Amino acid sequence: MIPAAFEYLRPKTIPEAVALLQQHGDDAKILSGGQSLIPMMKLRLARPAVLIDINRIAGLSYIKEDGGFLKIGGLTREAELEASPILSKYPLLLDTAHVIADPQVRNMATVGGNLAHGDPANDHPATMMALGAQVVATGSKGERVIPIDEFFVTLFTTALKQDEILTEIRIPIPPAKSGGAYVKLERKVGDFATAAVAVQLTLDGGGAIQKIGIALTNAGPTPIRAKKAEDALRGKKPDAAAIAQAAQLASDDAQPGADLRGPVAYKKGLAKELTKRALAIALERAGK
Amino acid sequence: MAKQMIKIKINGREREAAAEPRLLLVHFIREALGQTGTHIGCDTSNCGACTVILNGKTVKSCTMFAVQADGGELMTVEGLIQGGKWHPLQEGFKEEHGLQCGFCTPGMLMSSYALLQKNPNPSEADIRWGISGNLCRCTGYQNIVKAVQFAAKKMAQGGTK
Repeated sequence: MIPAAFEYLRPKTIPEAVALLQQHGDDAKILSGGQSLIPMMKLRLARPAVLIDINRIAGLSYIKEDGGFLKIGGLTREAELEASPILSKYPLLLDTAHVIADPQVRNMATVGGNLAHGDPANDHPATMMALGAQVVATGSKGERVIPIDEFFVTLFTTALKQDEILTEIRIPIPPAKSGGAYVKLERKVGDFATAAVAVQLTLDGGGAIQKIGIALTNAGPTPIRAKKAEDALRGKKPDAAAIAQAAQLASDDAQPGADLRGPVAYKKGLAKELTKRALAIALERAGK
Repeated sequence: MAKQMIKIKINGREREAAAEPRLLLVHFIREALGQTGTHIGCDTSNCGACTVILNGKTVKSCTMFAVQADGGELMTVEGLIQGGKWHPLQEGFKEEHGLQCGFCTPGMLMSSYALLQKNPNPSEADIRWGISGNLCRCTGYQNIVKAVQFAAKKMAQGGTK
């Protein structure tokens, strides 16, 4: 399959890339890892007239803790995330990086691209939602910080403006007694999730849940925050009854569509079961 | 769209050819550079038959534009043979029947090669993880795993890279 012809531009700096975005308007797309965009271009579902390749911009790839946040550069590859020693403190992120596509794709695919693509079937959107992340966008007016809950507008649409590039992801460093987990059911390695659930939580001194984030992958036009389940668990001791109730509430919030991966009832059932499993793993990790 | 010159070091040799930006890396390798060992399988980023090693990392050459690899260093299946001698992985695939139709083999070899570079003594689980982006419709993978184990052992004994 051959994509439609396009003009290829390779800026060396972010200001240069932003200027090109301004110049070319809606005709232009940013090429990051390309692992979603290029397949869409090959199918001609996407036909950008101009591709702005940001892969040679220096300084956009890093994973570091700084100022209370884990900061991930927009161009950081999934494989770099997987291999980072810092990530042992972020089991939810590590779980997620491991199940994104396959090794070759993870060598190219970027965390920033995974979010900026705005596909609710991608794995990082729900994970970042559970983690309460922030997205840094850089455009002609400088930098702005977008809370993750405001980032995903609808299918393939994010809060990024036409002349903005996703340059950094910020995740609050979790306090002690925190744990997280990402549990995904996929038909085969590399497939999108039939269903997946991201959980991040913090326990207080008495073992009750102090902070909780639960989000669902591929269960609606955007990643879905399982708000009712979070509210039900916050301040409570996570016993079996509380977990079962939260799992049911998460399933109630899921709005999956029927497709070749299964009917709606099956996917809602999975949301329930995977929420239960993700909570169990997150709790175990928080206790350690 | 105008063609532009793309310079690539492939299997140790500097090569140069003109390509439109939309030309996929796999077509550049096969058609512009004439190295047809790299196969096009699914053409949808699923099967991994087109896997090559770019700057030390496996990538799917059907899901990348040639122009992105400009200035880079590429290894394809043709680069495995050294001084007329098969690489232990190639021997392993022969000895352990790691292939039947052979279509997935170039990609399998590249993923296995990259795995052994990073992890010279992989467990069975590591091997299955390492080739999880490569589909084989013939072998059921069992003999591919054995072939990689064969190569790992031989490389450890012989000091081959």
